[in-house]
Amino acid sequence: MKLILTEEQQFLKDTAQSFARDKTPVTHFRELRDSDNSQCWDDGVWQEMVELGWSGILVPEKFGGSEFGMAGISVIMQELGKTLTPSPILSTSVLGVSAINMLGSDDQKENYLPKIVAGELTTALAIDEGNHHDPFAIETTAILDGDHWVLNGKKVFVVDGSSADTILIVARTSGKSGESNGISVFVASKKTAGLDVSKISTADSRNYANLEMSDLKLEQNALLGEKDLAGETIEKILDLGRIAISAEMLGNTEEAFEVTINYLKERKQFGVQIGSFQALQHRAAKMFCEIELTKSAVIAAMHAADENSNELERLSSLAKFQAGETLHLVSNEAIQMHGGIGVTDEYDIGFYLKRARVAEQIFGTSEFHQARYADISGF
Amino acid sequence: MEHLEQFRQEVRDWLEENCPPSMRTPLVPEEEVWGGRNAEYVNPESKLWLERMGEKGWTAPNLPKEYGGGGLDRDQTKVLHQELFRIKARPALNSFGIWMLAPCIIEFGSEEQKREHLPKIIKGEIRWCQGYSEPGSGSDLASLSTKAEDMGDHYLVNGQKVWTSYADKADWIFALVRTGPKEPKHNGISFLLIDMATEGVSTKPITLISGKSPFCETFFDNVKAPKENLVGVENSGWTIAKKLLQHERNFISNFGLAGGGTGSGADVVNIAKKYLGEANGQIANPAQRENITLHKMKEHAFGLTLQRSGDEGAKASAASSMFKYYGTEHNKDRYELMIAAMGNKGLGWTNEGFSDDEQAITKAWLRTKANSIEGGTSEVQLNVISRRVLDLPN
Repeated sequence: MKLILTEEQQFLKDTAQSFARDKTPVTHFRELRDSDNSQCWDDGVWQEMVELGWSGILVPEKFGGSEFGMAGISVIMQELGKTLTPSPILSTSVLGVSAINMLGSDDQKENYLPKIVAGELTTALAIDEGNHHDPFAIETTAILDGDHWVLNGKKVFVVDGSSADTILIVARTSGKSGESNGISVFVASKKTAGLDVSKISTADSRNYANLEMSDLKLEQNALLGEKDLAGETIEKILDLGRIAISAEMLGNTEEAFEVTINYLKERKQFGVQIGSFQALQHRAAKMFCEIELTKSAVIAAMHAADENSNELERLSSLAKFQAGETLHLVSNEAIQMHGGIGVTDEYDIGFYLKRARVAEQIFGTSEFHQARYADISGF
Repeated sequence: MEHLEQFRQEVRDWLEENCPPSMRTPLVPEEEVWGGRNAEYVNPESKLWLERMGEKGWTAPNLPKEYGGGGLDRDQTKVLHQELFRIKARPALNSFGIWMLAPCIIEFGSEEQKREHLPKIIKGEIRWCQGYSEPGSGSDLASLSTKAEDMGDHYLVNGQKVWTSYADKADWIFALVRTGPKEPKHNGISFLLIDMATEGVSTKPITLISGKSPFCETFFDNVKAPKENLVGVENSGWTIAKKLLQHERNFISNFGLAGGGTGSGADVVNIAKKYLGEANGQIANPAQRENITLHKMKEHAFGLTLQRSGDEGAKASAASSMFKYYGTEHNKDRYELMIAAMGNKGLGWTNEGFSDDEQAITKAWLRTKANSIEGGTSEVQLNVISRRVLDLPN
């Protein structure tokens, strides 16, 4: 496994870089935040991404996708992360596509994947139920009642949950909370009776929802794949999600760092550029080192996913851990090094801090992944 | 690709025939080979192995064939290393000459110097040491004051170097000397090669907080060095010095991974399980387990970064400062974690109450403190990153 990009991946990255620079600079995010757009991403921008083929990067060719893989979608997310571009790419093109493709029957794939590729359908993965990510702590139940499934329970902090047309609900069909056995995934249209979707308002001004399922009735074919057996696959899907968001967080970090370094070169106090102060230089140099480590962890994880490596779990945890730690550090230092202007809403740098903490929570904090890494490694 | 596989087969066949059996067993410290005029070989097969590898030029695989090197390209060099690793071959030769000096002679030396020195370095016939630091010039290396006066056909050298590794065992020294006392400090330095057997050169070993060390003080008392031993142009030695430091940093930063050089090779997780005990197969103390996990994750990411740098084909550059900084700080951290895990067993000095391995870890812990000082302190590396990579103002 070489830790570099192929020509194809580099091309995707370059395309995404121009896209973010030209179509969705940070002002685009600011306008969305200040508008009454409740889904927090722009339909027109998403349609342009769809036209570039980004909705189908992980979709098999026979369903209209390009199969450019995790490396392909990760480099795109990295570039979009630089300008904080909001879009349903994580919830739909990574999580939705992976879940349907890895768990679903041929009919289900045929039913959903081409629509996702065409930009006609967005999805969200509803898994967490508590204040912290804990993939098998599932208490939502699904019981087969005659020819229907009946779901009861609640979900929280569902990424893009308030805008998704279709929601993938992780529920327990047997066993008890904490066990990986007995978990199944169901597909539900947002408009189904018994499914209550309430948007929550978060610091990063993106779109999340809490869900409540009260005797939510679903057809038998709403079950994705086999009953009880989704646990292991869910872990794999989450790992792909973790890698993708790590790439986005790397992009957040790179941009926040670059903006800060530029500020250190411009801002003058005591008659000199503040970047000439060693107290700031050494902190900047240490951040540089951590960013280099993050790049390596992310590129290793995305290639591991594409090569079906048995190191995937460890590398995905390493990537999310390192991306989280580094973004945490850089988002704090960026504010401090900007001084007063850094804590004003008028200036963009604060957006990176707010996005950072939310992204750190998604699919497991650094502490979560540190514990997971230790367990996998047998420490 | 095909010719590379053919090359691999050739290497494999050659090694099969030429790597002596005992050279495929784990290295014992007293059998380490550094070459030189006065080399002693505890194991005669080490000598044979050096001669065979030196003849082939594979002690310096990527140096040009015409000067005795292997003449291999990047990919072939990698194949050679893989094959050596596969049979667990010992290094045929450890050499500051190869690691640091040879690349600089190739870049800056005269044709005569290349022909004179490179083959002897590559064959391990001459052992080199590095004369950089002085008692008054540590991080501010360019303030060095060992002077070399132009006496027509030779330089007259007077002064003192410090931290000269293995000066007492080396045959030659590559030294930074001041040839332009009136020039601004960076512009009055020259890069001079001096035979340690010359009259007026003497050395004295230095004892460290960790005990015995290879470091020496080196004294020059009216030493005559022939003019032809100046590398590059007089007073422009600083350029060469900086380049050489990059090669040195790359070499030292690998400490962070292998625990090599100053390491005992002990794995911190195994040590922790042994001395803290296990609970359900895990390191029993949760706080220490957490600290160790953090360390191992950083190590993993750092290792991937070294690999990525290789895959990107990056040359020795400012990035070497990052590796030097991170690798050495990481190595210090490893030993702090290790002795913490060992408790009172991590603090032994002699064999009264402590095993050899335990003492070795304690000594190594102390020795690692110098890792972030030698070859440019961590603070100097951070300065280099700030200025050259991030382009922050002075």
